[in-house]
Amino acid sequence: MQIDKNQLLRFTTAGSVDDGKSTLIGRLLYDSKAIFEDQLQAVSSTSKKKGHNGIDLALFTDGLKDEREQGITIDVAYRYFTTPKRKFIIADTPGHIQYTRNMVTGASTANAAIILIDARNGVIEQTKRHAFIASLLQIPHIIVCVNKMDLVGYKEEVYEDIVHQFEEFSSKLYVKDVRFIPISALKGDNVVNRSENMPWFQGAPLLHTLEHLHISSDVNKLDARFPVQTVLRPQRERFIDYRGYAGRIASGIFRPGDEITVLPSGFTSTIKSIDFDGKELEEAFAPMSVSITLNDDIDISRGDMLVKTANQPETVQEFDTMLCWLHNNPARPRAKYTIMHTTNEQKAMIKDIHYKIDINTYARNEEDKDLQMNDIAKVKIRTTRPLMIDEYRDNRTTGSFILIDDATHETVAAGMIM
Amino acid sequence: MSKYYLNYLDELESEAIFILREVWAQFQNPVILFSGGKDSILVTHLAKKAFYPSKIPFPLLHIDTGHNFPETIQFRNDLIKELGAELIVGSVQKSIDDGRVAEEKGKNATRNALQITTLLDAIEENKIDCAIGGGRRDEEKARAKERFFSHRDDFGQWDPKNQRPELWNLLNGKHFEGEHFRAFPISNWTEMDVWNYILRENIKIPSLYIAHQRKVVWRNDSWIPVSEHLKLEEGEEIVTKKIRFRTLGDITITGGIESDADTLEKIVAEVAAMKQTERGNRTDDKRSETAMEDRKKQGYF
Repeated sequence: MQIDKNQLLRFTTAGSVDDGKSTLIGRLLYDSKAIFEDQLQAVSSTSKKKGHNGIDLALFTDGLKDEREQGITIDVAYRYFTTPKRKFIIADTPGHIQYTRNMVTGASTANAAIILIDARNGVIEQTKRHAFIASLLQIPHIIVCVNKMDLVGYKEEVYEDIVHQFEEFSSKLYVKDVRFIPISALKGDNVVNRSENMPWFQGAPLLHTLEHLHISSDVNKLDARFPVQTVLRPQRERFIDYRGYAGRIASGIFRPGDEITVLPSGFTSTIKSIDFDGKELEEAFAPMSVSITLNDDIDISRGDMLVKTANQPETVQEFDTMLCWLHNNPARPRAKYTIMHTTNEQKAMIKDIHYKIDINTYARNEEDKDLQMNDIAKVKIRTTRPLMIDEYRDNRTTGSFILIDDATHETVAAGMIM
Repeated sequence: MSKYYLNYLDELESEAIFILREVWAQFQNPVILFSGGKDSILVTHLAKKAFYPSKIPFPLLHIDTGHNFPETIQFRNDLIKELGAELIVGSVQKSIDDGRVAEEKGKNATRNALQITTLLDAIEENKIDCAIGGGRRDEEKARAKERFFSHRDDFGQWDPKNQRPELWNLLNGKHFEGEHFRAFPISNWTEMDVWNYILRENIKIPSLYIAHQRKVVWRNDSWIPVSEHLKLEEGEEIVTKKIRFRTLGDITITGGIESDADTLEKIVAEVAAMKQTERGNRTDDKRSETAMEDRKKQGYF
């Protein structure tokens, strides 16, 4: 295996119990031989106990006790498999309405989303909801799988009709790369192996598609942003004067000699070295974790951001953003929350709710100002100190944030800056 | 360098280092849970990289069941010396002597579950607010739902159905006094990734992972090593086999596999062809289908 070339692809699956989502993942794992014998044995015996014929592929993904009892997926579960081409991480998230927050969570780091549609039902409200979240979270690639083709006689017209329905409504969304594949997760058509039942479909099966998606450009390499996590001051012999700023490059590329500006202070300097594990690097890019030293002594601490002087984010205390509410306690208007944006923590309040979005119809509601669990709204946020922001559309790291309730310490909202 | 993307091992490494640095930045008194197994060795190695040229800033906390492989203890002591790190030991034997827990009875008795009390006591005594573990999501179905930053209430309990959502790479470690966090920087690594990385970085590991001659008995479908703690049962016979261990737990419950893999390269090749999960040889997981979830809820690793 040439592992030095192999990339990591993270994808999320959206769909409900009935769409056969767990079956699809079980199929991917099973056919790509990521299932071990003892897991297979455990699942076979449980399947038998429940009176299923053969193995219930869905059992491979349902982890917690309550899920296995109720037969539903109630939280994000992560699954792994590797092919000779790539390593994959699946964020398996529930599809029913009350679990929007989990879908948003799974989608936040994904390169790709698989949206499942039951061929018998076509595009339903839930499909629209999933597509909306994929577009809101700016998942770079969307793969629509029209599942259960075996139950509609593998008919091309059924598939074409669903593709048409999807394209119709998704034209209102901001999505870059959408592909369609007719599959049967249960029978294995077009999942790992090409289907012999649908010779009319010329495209690649799902796994092949996942293996070949172009994901190198998914991370922004244009705008150099380096949020400082912590400062390394070894105080050891040989390194007595060492002062390195440790962090993970959020976007872009840095090189020694680059002119940089420290935000929010605005001081400037040049990069002396980019260090990792005792080696000096010629360049470093997102998402590498490194330590940067500068040619000038400047007061820099966690929460500050190093950027190239020629290309800077906005430094603001007030901005518009999409907000997804994640908590049972509804939003308290004008209450103070802690905002976490990269490594920068400040106090913030929701100053204004512009409108809420009905994620089934995409209709805007300017009257209802009540932010409840799973609601998505466009709001104005005000912070006590400046944040260094980019638009989420351009930069998923410097364009995103969470709100934390100081009374409970719980994460209550996720924001995508507009 | 002409390409501007990372291969998956570099990406996993970078993610783990980011998480370790977040732990350091967000907590007052974090430790690494060190078992002497390859996963905690890997976490320690990553922590060394994350803070270089500073010394590794976390003490290592070892929950000592008293049922150790002697090789593990030797390895632990050597590593501590090399890193110049602090070692904290929580002793299960002491918890038993103090009457905090009672030894299990019966055929498959182990000290596995007893560790929970010792671990939580050590966390409380040392005012630890974050314990970094080498848990991986691919290990076991309950672990597949773990967050990078995983909250524990003031009884040390995990509430899997009420976890904080974790979005992008924003990790919320806020907590009240008495509560603590578990952090899992290698959540996204698989067994194969761990071995590939150990090979690539040439990380020192205990000799137990490498095939060697050992006295063992056949029990619960695996080769259990002979030790002072092992009570032979009727029909069991001590034999010498060339074996190695895929995971290291208590010497009483960790089963070895027959193997000729006596180099890291051979281990990687062997793991790639494995048909059983690595925890398949751990009798602690075989007790019931939800054995791990039940223990984790109470505060297990």
